[in-house]
Amino acid sequence: MSALDTNTPDAPLIDVQGVSRRFDLNRSMGDILKGRYPTVDAVSDVSLSLRRGEAVGIVGESGCGKSTLGRILVKLIPPSGGHVVFDGEPIAGMDRKRELAFRRRAQLVFQNPFDALNAHFTIRRSLYEPLHNAKIPVEEHEERVAEAIRMVHLPTAEHILDSYPHQLSGGQLQRIVLARALVLRPEFIVADEPVSMLDVSVRAGILNVFRQIQRDMGLAAVFISHDLALVRYVCERTITMYLGTVVEDGPTSDVIANPLHPYTRALVAAVPVPNVDQSHDPLPIKGGIPDARNPPSGCRFRDRCPLAEARCASERPVLREVRAAHKVACHFVD
Amino acid sequence: MPQAPDTALAIGRPRTNVFKSVSRSLGAVFSVARRDPYAAVGLVIYAGFALIAIFADQLIHNDPLEILFTPDYDLARNLPPSQDFWLGTTYSGRDIYSQLIMGTRSALIVGLTAALCVVAIGTVIGLISGYFRGWVDTLLMRIADIALGVPFLPFVIVLAAFLQPSQWNVVIGIALLLWPNSARVIRAQVMSLRERAFVEAARVTGAGPWRILFIHVAPNVLALSFLYASVAVGWAILTEASISFLGFGPSDTVSWGYMLQDAYASQALGRGQYYWFVPPGLCIIAIVVAGFFISRGYEEILFPKLKA
Repeated sequence: MSALDTNTPDAPLIDVQGVSRRFDLNRSMGDILKGRYPTVDAVSDVSLSLRRGEAVGIVGESGCGKSTLGRILVKLIPPSGGHVVFDGEPIAGMDRKRELAFRRRAQLVFQNPFDALNAHFTIRRSLYEPLHNAKIPVEEHEERVAEAIRMVHLPTAEHILDSYPHQLSGGQLQRIVLARALVLRPEFIVADEPVSMLDVSVRAGILNVFRQIQRDMGLAAVFISHDLALVRYVCERTITMYLGTVVEDGPTSDVIANPLHPYTRALVAAVPVPNVDQSHDPLPIKGGIPDARNPPSGCRFRDRCPLAEARCASERPVLREVRAAHKVACHFVD
Repeated sequence: MPQAPDTALAIGRPRTNVFKSVSRSLGAVFSVARRDPYAAVGLVIYAGFALIAIFADQLIHNDPLEILFTPDYDLARNLPPSQDFWLGTTYSGRDIYSQLIMGTRSALIVGLTAALCVVAIGTVIGLISGYFRGWVDTLLMRIADIALGVPFLPFVIVLAAFLQPSQWNVVIGIALLLWPNSARVIRAQVMSLRERAFVEAARVTGAGPWRILFIHVAPNVLALSFLYASVAVGWAILTEASISFLGFGPSDTVSWGYMLQDAYASQALGRGQYYWFVPPGLCIIAIVVAGFFISRGYEEILFPKLKA
């Protein structure tokens, strides 16, 4: 299908086409009596593509499906609909050899560094483990680990390598989690809220390391966060998600200076800005995130949207390009 | 990439140390003993019995099954405790003290091998069941239900009837019937571990399911396995004593249950030979209780919230 356009330099490295993910929920007694199988659509018909070396931020409230989408991209969760194409090859239905080749190129950085490392492994063991799993030739191992440690600026590495995770701080652990992804020299990396569990004082260090590595290595990166300010710092492009759908996708500077979707406008207005002169018209949104099991018909944002009209209930807005490289899914933007 | 001078960063390869996690879990036992006095007592009792079992050959005065005679060629029958026979002799003229010492060895052999089997089977099945879920889990857990439903003593007695009477029947019986308890608990633990980020990390770097299961997940449930092992030791020793007392045990191996059966059949109580049946009874109680003491203290570090 898209195997043909791999030769063109601008071909996307990762291309997501109409991906959905539905999860089964536990059936309550009422569900069983009524013969219902409750499900939730964590991700619903999402399409996006990433070029090599491009850093894209995905923002949205918790529960909007951004982490699920991130896991679909690195083949940890299979999508229940649509497909993901990585460098011209669909990531579904790979044999073991191709899967390993994919694993070497696409990696994930985790949210909680205290949980992401095996408590029974020394740090050294954790850093060598991916090389073993991905079947990297043994003679390259030591060099790759040393290189990854250098890249994440891990001070006193000799001392840390023999430690166990519980002996280290969150900042150190997150650098190790990052290094573990880097030993495979990936081309694509998904960072799932990589600093949200860290103290504010060490966040900047991790973010700087991440940004520097992303640029130096020319990594395609998906940076998942609920914090627009972090995304703005790291990514040149920003995607806003709401209840499993992409509502806006555009250059970060445009999205923040001139948000088009009412939800993004509310998000941008919610970012505390030290500059009093800079003001957006605060667009009030009502209520909380609705029950994901029964999302509103049509536009999923309509029950909180100040602009909603009858049309929003019947017709789901499609993501369309309204400015240069800036897409939005709303009936009222043009 | 910034070419920082390679300041002799001593990376070194990770040593694959199989014993590392085992010894870490075992080390926890000793650290518990320092904090929990019950666990310390249990550990001391175990150590004492272990020493007796190891040096049994040096400690005994006579072959425990040898029929003894007095210097004037009478059968040394029903002698009270004395300089020569510390705990007296049995109706058929055997040295009770030597039987007690040798019984320690067979008790520990049965207890430890049975516990090892229970924990090995229970851990592997719990790991597989909890990780793969689906029909594998359903199948294994239904087998576990069946095993739990089989009455224990009759099963071991039937086993003894089919095979030669031997202390290994007890080990086989315990292994076949007691694994579901540990398998269920380990399965539950694995089900929560498999959702943890470090398991996802192994998957995303390309680890296969068996590597994830035995290299990444298993060390995290070993502590729980040891807890079940310490309970299983006591169970195995009790069962062995019951089987021997009922007369289905081997006649060529001395065990505490065998001594009790011998004393009972020879009407030791009627003759007031308390020195015959009280010591083996106390030994059984001591070693079973020691196992529970250790597991009690161990449980406290595994599940600190259970503390009342």
